[in-house]
Amino acid sequence: MAATTTPPDAEGLPPDTPILRFDRTERVAHWVNACLFGVVMFTGSILYIGELSVLFGNREVVRTLHVYCGLAIPVVFLVAYLPRWGRALRRDFRRINRWTRDDKRWFRTLGRDKRLRLGKFNAGQKLNAAFIVGAALVMVGTGSIMKWFEPFPIDVRTGATFVHDWFAFFIWAAVLGHIWFAFSDPEALRAMWRGSVSARWARSKRPGWYEETTEGAQDPTA
Amino acid sequence: MDGTPIGRRVFLGVLGVGAVGVLWGAKAQDWLEKTVAPIVSKDGTGLSGFLPIGRFRIYTVTGDLPSKSKAAYRLKVGGLVDTPYTLTYDELRALPPTKMTRDFQCVTGWRVHDVDWEGVRLADLLDRAGVKPEAKAIRFKSFDGTYTESLTLSQGRRNDVIVAYRMENGDISAEHGGPVRLYVAPMYGYKSCKWLDAIELTDTVEPGYWEHYGYDVDGWVGRSNGRDDNAT
Repeated sequence: MAATTTPPDAEGLPPDTPILRFDRTERVAHWVNACLFGVVMFTGSILYIGELSVLFGNREVVRTLHVYCGLAIPVVFLVAYLPRWGRALRRDFRRINRWTRDDKRWFRTLGRDKRLRLGKFNAGQKLNAAFIVGAALVMVGTGSIMKWFEPFPIDVRTGATFVHDWFAFFIWAAVLGHIWFAFSDPEALRAMWRGSVSARWARSKRPGWYEETTEGAQDPTA
Repeated sequence: MDGTPIGRRVFLGVLGVGAVGVLWGAKAQDWLEKTVAPIVSKDGTGLSGFLPIGRFRIYTVTGDLPSKSKAAYRLKVGGLVDTPYTLTYDELRALPPTKMTRDFQCVTGWRVHDVDWEGVRLADLLDRAGVKPEAKAIRFKSFDGTYTESLTLSQGRRNDVIVAYRMENGDISAEHGGPVRLYVAPMYGYKSCKWLDAIELTDTVEPGYWEHYGYDVDGWVGRSNGRDDNAT
């Protein structure tokens, strides 16, 4: 613990200085896709659980919502990722891809080793992001086979349903875990609304990222 | 940026698992239904009922979940018969019942073990109408307005083909095809027409809804659709 709690005035920025964590593109893309995930997970449950099907009826409406909100998820992602406004998002994806030695150690000790110097994201966040991007594509692929089944042999239709069902369970687990961790760190959650965290938070929770973003900015005359 | 590209490996790994699952999922599903489902079905908490093993999936081919009250329900028997007739729900329930406990096997791999069924033998309903000699097949229509199924006359006369109104110790609910559905025990689930509306005797077998999309007309469990399931 001692190593990370440097006195706030010893070096760097005043503790309340806001540091941009997520730019507008990332925040908009996050909340649009959060809504879409909410819709597909809810409508998926209605389609999957017989009791809910009976309760809500309107199966065609539910199914249509499920299919097209699901298809919209990668579209929203690409629109946020590819154009010029996706620079920060692309940069974060490079961060998510690369695991440093500290990340691996953090993962092995499940975050208990407090001497580690984390970058912008911890290994759990990196794993979650990589998983959810892959899983979303798998859901779009298998869901499309289920929706437009005619050219596919029966075994492939069955396989697609099998994968879609089981992945749904893992995605529910990942999303619920994601929400749980977000609420257990309100300042991090606020950063997804307003964009920034305090220098205090950055210095204590993500020291590697703090250094990287404040380099050169520490000198008020610079 | 330094470090190992583990993110990319996880991403590609997830895609790989998905692709392998699509190709081998049908076999994995069969294996789960044979080995895990009988154990899971004894779990008293009911939580495992949400897992995609050993449970009914609800399929509809139309926009809505078809539903009809017992009071409004009518079963029509007609086509190549001497005396076409219509039964109310209560009249159907008044006929001599047949009970059986048999598995429900879907052609997409899932199976529900030991389902209790109760209904009236289809053969009894046919005899009531008097089947004309030129009739060779039976056509079933669903009140969803779209689904159809067919059996040959000899298949339909089997003792394990019933017009069912109860399953799993309750009246058949809308999602399972209630108030009245067909249950063809020895065949895959798509033969067991849900929301049964009309039974018509015909001179040839007319392929049903799914049979236009590649399913076998003679849907014997374990002996059709390229599958080797144990008989139900």
